[in-house]
Amino acid sequence: MLKLRNVHKTFDIGSINEKAALCGIDLQLAEGDFVTVIGSNGAGKSTMLNAIAGVWPVDEGSISINGTDVTALPEYKRAQYIGRVFQNPMTGTAASMGIEENLALALRRGDRRTLRWYITKTEREHYYTELKKLGLGLEDRLTDKVGLLSGGQRQALTLLMATLKKPKLLLLDEHAAALDPATATTVLDLTNNIVLENKLTALMVTHNMTEAIRHGNRLLMMNAGKIILDISGEEKKRLRITDLLERFKELSGVQMETDSVLLS
Amino acid sequence: MELIAYFLSLKPLNLLSALPGNIVQGIIWGIMALGVFITFRLLNFADLTVDGTFAAGGAVTVVLILAGIPAPIALAIATIVGLLGGLVTGFLHTILGIPDILAGILTQISFWSINLLVLDGANRAVNVDKYHLIVSLRNISSSIVTMLVFAAVLVSILYWYFGTEQGSAIRATGNNPQMVKAQGINIDFMKVLALGLSNCLVAFSGGLMSQFQGFADIKMGQGAIVIGLAAVIIGEVIGDALIGKYMNFYIKLVFVVLGGVIYYFVIGLVMWLRMPTDLLKLFTASVVAIFLAIPYLKAKTNNSFVFANKGGAQKNA
Repeated sequence: MLKLRNVHKTFDIGSINEKAALCGIDLQLAEGDFVTVIGSNGAGKSTMLNAIAGVWPVDEGSISINGTDVTALPEYKRAQYIGRVFQNPMTGTAASMGIEENLALALRRGDRRTLRWYITKTEREHYYTELKKLGLGLEDRLTDKVGLLSGGQRQALTLLMATLKKPKLLLLDEHAAALDPATATTVLDLTNNIVLENKLTALMVTHNMTEAIRHGNRLLMMNAGKIILDISGEEKKRLRITDLLERFKELSGVQMETDSVLLS
Repeated sequence: MELIAYFLSLKPLNLLSALPGNIVQGIIWGIMALGVFITFRLLNFADLTVDGTFAAGGAVTVVLILAGIPAPIALAIATIVGLLGGLVTGFLHTILGIPDILAGILTQISFWSINLLVLDGANRAVNVDKYHLIVSLRNISSSIVTMLVFAAVLVSILYWYFGTEQGSAIRATGNNPQMVKAQGINIDFMKVLALGLSNCLVAFSGGLMSQFQGFADIKMGQGAIVIGLAAVIIGEVIGDALIGKYMNFYIKLVFVVLGGVIYYFVIGLVMWLRMPTDLLKLFTASVVAIFLAIPYLKAKTNNSFVFANKGGAQKNA
């Protein structure tokens, strides 16, 4: 499904800020894999997602989705395969446009934008039923501007937008990190349901070890631009936080800054 | 005594008789303002190409009419020249990475030379007695009707276009480009498209203006962007005050055109008061500054800083 081969990325080459963010990432995802990604700050988690999404070109290596080599494709062209939810709730939606307008943009992800009217009656009914499933009451506010919604509502809407047209790959970049704990749980449960219901292949970056263990069938741990741990199947199910911390110390040689990971 | 003499010398009838002409010119500026609205408000792009494409629209129209080409066709070609101007700014910005304001200025300044070449001098007159013109200040009543029809048709077309998949992609591009890319939309293409469309309207308006006033002048586009902004902002502030939350996109476009008319009415009033015409641009700039400042100052006086300050002052007193 998704295949990364020896992907390298260094930022600000030749300056004092030079930072090797990805140092040879090899990764293969099977159809239906729900993978959580953890690691300390600066480990390269978000960078890996951005490399897959095509936010910038990589220095070395190749990326293919569903057998298609997308390494040379710009971000907007890769979007036909990829649904995304960002860390910042403001990023995924157009604030001064209505809820249904945002959904209409997302329903046509990857399609050519024609001169047809942007929203039809049947689509509106479709949006209504899909929004109702979120259980946030958004279905009665179809024409409300998205700027009026709370962060949690916006993330839930972005999640729906990312999956409205079934993506080959769903990228979730710490999408619950900016939310209060209760809302974060709601959004993560919603994510879990949507991914399992639609049998999506998903990569979810998180700072929260408990969530990383609770969700998905596979777990990746990153450090210094490399994937240092890859656990799946039965082993993943039995995993506990203490195991992860121990493995991290053993593999990276340093203690994980635990307060943010443990307490969140 | 002098003041009384000044007021006595003003003739209210003159103001009234100038009104129809001002309405025509106001609608022409209003159509240009629709173009400015597309870039400034929808695309969030400060496009200064306008000054160049407005004069180019006027120059091309007049020169073609003088060459014997029927006015509607001349106007259509002028509109295409405007489109090309917008595309150039778009390419400078998207392909060559030049910042938006600078890209517009470069195209605008290029048009100064191009327009001089087209006009073969600083200005060219076109006589309504010799040629069949679409609008003319010699025939104001029919010009008003023509302009009202043009404005209605253009507002309707824009309303439709920005409700299509493509138009809503342009609106979203101005709103949140990052989200738009994630939805598989090429934001560079959308920007170029919107700039082209906007400058079509601007050149179209320039072509009408040159016919109405009976000549094209190299300087006719000077400050056009400021007049366009004035119309957009006046229309928004007044529309907001009159319609408030019942505002929709169609009415918003109508108010942009009305903004042009109101602007031109105010200019007519100022000229009637015999303010030196040299000061007109200063006056226009002041109007834009005031209307731009209103929403900001309103927000600034209605917040807790101010309330708390006032409360504190009372306690001390």
